[in-house]
Amino acid sequence: MLSNGTLTPSTLSVKDLLWQIHWEKDKCTLCGRCTAVCPVHAIELGVHRKRSVRLPALAEIGPGSGGSNVYEVYHGIRQKTDPAYACVGCATCSLVCPNDCIAPYRSDEVDKLRFHINRGGQARSRGGRRNVPEFAGGSVLDRIKFIRISMLTDPALDAGRHEFELRTLLGRVLPPEENLRLYREQGWIPPVREIYPLIIGGMSFGALSPNMWEGLQMGIAYLNEEIGMPVRMCTGEGGCPPRLLRSRFLKYVILQIASGYFGWDEIVHALPHMKEDPCAVEIKYGQGAKPGDGGLLMWYKVNKLIAAIRGVPPGVSLPSPPTHQTKYSIEEAVAKMIQSMYMAWGFRVPVYPKISGTSTALAVLNNLTRNQYAGGLAIDGEDGGTGAAYNISMDHMGHPIASNIRDCYLNLVKLGRQNEIPLFAGGGVGKNGKLAANAAALIMLGASGVQCGKYIMQAAAGCVGSESDRCNVCNVGLCPKGITSQDPRLYRRIDPEKVAERVVDVFLSFDMELKKIVAPLGRSTSLPIGMSDALAINDADAAQRLQIQYVV
Amino acid sequence: MCRLFAVTSEEPQSPIMAVKALDVMREGHDGSGVGLFMSDLGGPLEEMKGAPILSGIFTNEGLKRLDQYMMNLGFMTKYKLSIKVPKNPPAGVPRRDIYLVRAYEYPEAWEGLSDRELQQRLLMTRIQLRSMGEETGDMIVYSFWPDVIMIKELGDPLSVAEYLRLDREELQARVILAQGRQNTNYAINLYACHPFFIQGIASMTNGENTAFVPIREFLSTRGFPGYIGYQSDSEVFTHILHFTLNRLGLPLEAYKHVITPLQDDDLERHPNGPLLKQLKHSCRRLIIDGPNCVMGCLPDNTLFVVQDRKKLRPAVVGGRPGLYAVSSEMCGLDAAIPDRDKKKDFQPMHLDTAIIRPDRSEVKICSQTEPLPLPL
Repeated sequence: MLSNGTLTPSTLSVKDLLWQIHWEKDKCTLCGRCTAVCPVHAIELGVHRKRSVRLPALAEIGPGSGGSNVYEVYHGIRQKTDPAYACVGCATCSLVCPNDCIAPYRSDEVDKLRFHINRGGQARSRGGRRNVPEFAGGSVLDRIKFIRISMLTDPALDAGRHEFELRTLLGRVLPPEENLRLYREQGWIPPVREIYPLIIGGMSFGALSPNMWEGLQMGIAYLNEEIGMPVRMCTGEGGCPPRLLRSRFLKYVILQIASGYFGWDEIVHALPHMKEDPCAVEIKYGQGAKPGDGGLLMWYKVNKLIAAIRGVPPGVSLPSPPTHQTKYSIEEAVAKMIQSMYMAWGFRVPVYPKISGTSTALAVLNNLTRNQYAGGLAIDGEDGGTGAAYNISMDHMGHPIASNIRDCYLNLVKLGRQNEIPLFAGGGVGKNGKLAANAAALIMLGASGVQCGKYIMQAAAGCVGSESDRCNVCNVGLCPKGITSQDPRLYRRIDPEKVAERVVDVFLSFDMELKKIVAPLGRSTSLPIGMSDALAINDADAAQRLQIQYVV
Repeated sequence: MCRLFAVTSEEPQSPIMAVKALDVMREGHDGSGVGLFMSDLGGPLEEMKGAPILSGIFTNEGLKRLDQYMMNLGFMTKYKLSIKVPKNPPAGVPRRDIYLVRAYEYPEAWEGLSDRELQQRLLMTRIQLRSMGEETGDMIVYSFWPDVIMIKELGDPLSVAEYLRLDREELQARVILAQGRQNTNYAINLYACHPFFIQGIASMTNGENTAFVPIREFLSTRGFPGYIGYQSDSEVFTHILHFTLNRLGLPLEAYKHVITPLQDDDLERHPNGPLLKQLKHSCRRLIIDGPNCVMGCLPDNTLFVVQDRKKLRPAVVGGRPGLYAVSSEMCGLDAAIPDRDKKKDFQPMHLDTAIIRPDRSEVKICSQTEPLPLPL
């Protein structure tokens, strides 16, 4: 604190902050790049005063010739301590520093900042992900092992050279007898899509920058048309660019409708001009990051383009309600909504709801199994990513995905409906980088496929978020990588072509890793959904809860 | 990996023929068990084609309970094949009281029932007996069906056959399935011995079933009382066949499309592509992932053999009109039918179903890429 400063309850020192900037005076060339690039203006040019004691030379020593003080000014970096400008640890300063002289470091103790980021009575909201630093050993999904290795009694397969057919179905699959009967009678059979079991989960055009979105779409198109992998991507809430709606690439897109219905005006208008049906329609009732809360696109990100697609004025926050306007009971809302969506595309497009992980998921599922139009159920666990949410929602609300998906699957098994209504799991898949292992674990617990978002942001675009409160400024459009910003000065940092390349890299490497998991289990001709005999965990309670083996 | 041998012959054969063929392939089984399925019977039972035959193993106590139960239902014993058990069983073979093969007269109350209803009641009777036996361990029931005998026992096939004197005159059949067991990761249990049987359909398999758990979950939730057991992961192959034929009303040629569907590109080109796509979708949980060779027999005594998609298990089919056999290994076939034209031997590959119809005139090879013989 400066000598002329005032001490208020929220006066903090650098030591109280979560992220502390380390700056080396000797290396700094004062080029100013770091202060220019900092998304939250946490650092500024610092003018520092320095005193040095000058001693006379031996020859000059005489009476009255004592030492003297010399005052000099030097320039450098100063970190702001106002909570509003606290460093978020994104390290963009390090990224642009020509001399490696600046970097943020996490505090060696619990910060004091957390007690002061609710000024004005505003609870903290942020972007990013759950802030639960990883404990040793990893998440439950990370700790699941695949133990049924094919040895001698049945040969393990060659992941590199064997033929694999690892596809999954999205859409309502009828029981075999009924399916064949309807086929013979030429009755209506619900539409079913054969897709790759890893879906890019809903991240809206608005949450993501145009360059990021374009990059993802290009990557998806390349995977489908050049490599033959039927990968699909969900739009999130916020519609779809009009040209995409009218292009052949729409068939790789899952259109999401959520409680704000944003972007659907544009979609409805495009209906007569669509060359292709979309892959599916996802009705979002909830998401993992902010369960029981609606989507939110803050005003910073609602520029002209976004506003036009969503049919709103620019520069206003767009909070979706927690629930659909028409909903007073699940039967009413879900049935009506599913039916309407089917009708829009002449019953050719599967429609399925997405909910947050919750202890009431079984009630939803039971309802869906009775609705012959429900094309699946996506469940987004508590680790699901987000664009914007209250901190409390992200860190504390929601149900973990592993036991939620397992309960739902076992319930379907009990009803004999396990092949009829596919379950899609999301929420923290690959959050520690183990994408294929997490996905395979969820599939063997009973998911027909998995949705991932954060992993794609990190792997395909270089998002720097972590579970230790790093960056987390996606919500206010300040993304230092340009992934979630609508400011052209920021999003031009990201090259759509390079994002597309990385998307392809991610899916190809995921595919190889998935084969490296299923081949030793002796599986190749079908996705091993519900193959729980292959799973084990070194935690007896978790094993019992998930009904898999306990091994040590 | 177990060893399998199946034979279909115009002339009734002794089961010893099949057991000897197994014995030639003895490196492939560990003597942990043998199972025999016989149908299209010869000998005294040939005269009783319509009478259901109960096969199983009973204690003296169990036999009393059986008699009581069957009498209550109104079944009358028509014929019994008494296998007198010597005092000292060979090594590895438990001491049993009674190996039962008994033909019954239908209860009067069952007269006039439709075939479907009759078959359902036979199944329910077998299941009831099985569950009664599981309570106290005094009854093991393999089959209860007209013109079918099943014998299973732990131990080395040839020793068991000699011990039970399976070369006896009255034990003759035109279709025989035999399996020499190589015990893998499931407990030795007589119900885990192949062949498996349900409503006239029998099959046996070698190899592991890597997709066992999801398949078992699917079958046991179909609401069909016969889909129980699963002490062996191979039992599901029999039940999938039953499901394909009886529940879906599809021909044998469709079996392979259920357990090992064609890949999508091949489906596009297949004449029945749209139907097979639906089948692939709705029977997705019945896809086997091998490595398996499945041999089996249908209620009309058609014999067949199929391989999994990877073709990681051996099988060869050969013979001459009137006598054909399917064997895990060539040496088994050589032992059973040495005087055949070996040039015509056929080893089914990943798309083939080899079928020998009851006229035993030829081995018909049906490839998955061919049109399905569907009723119009």
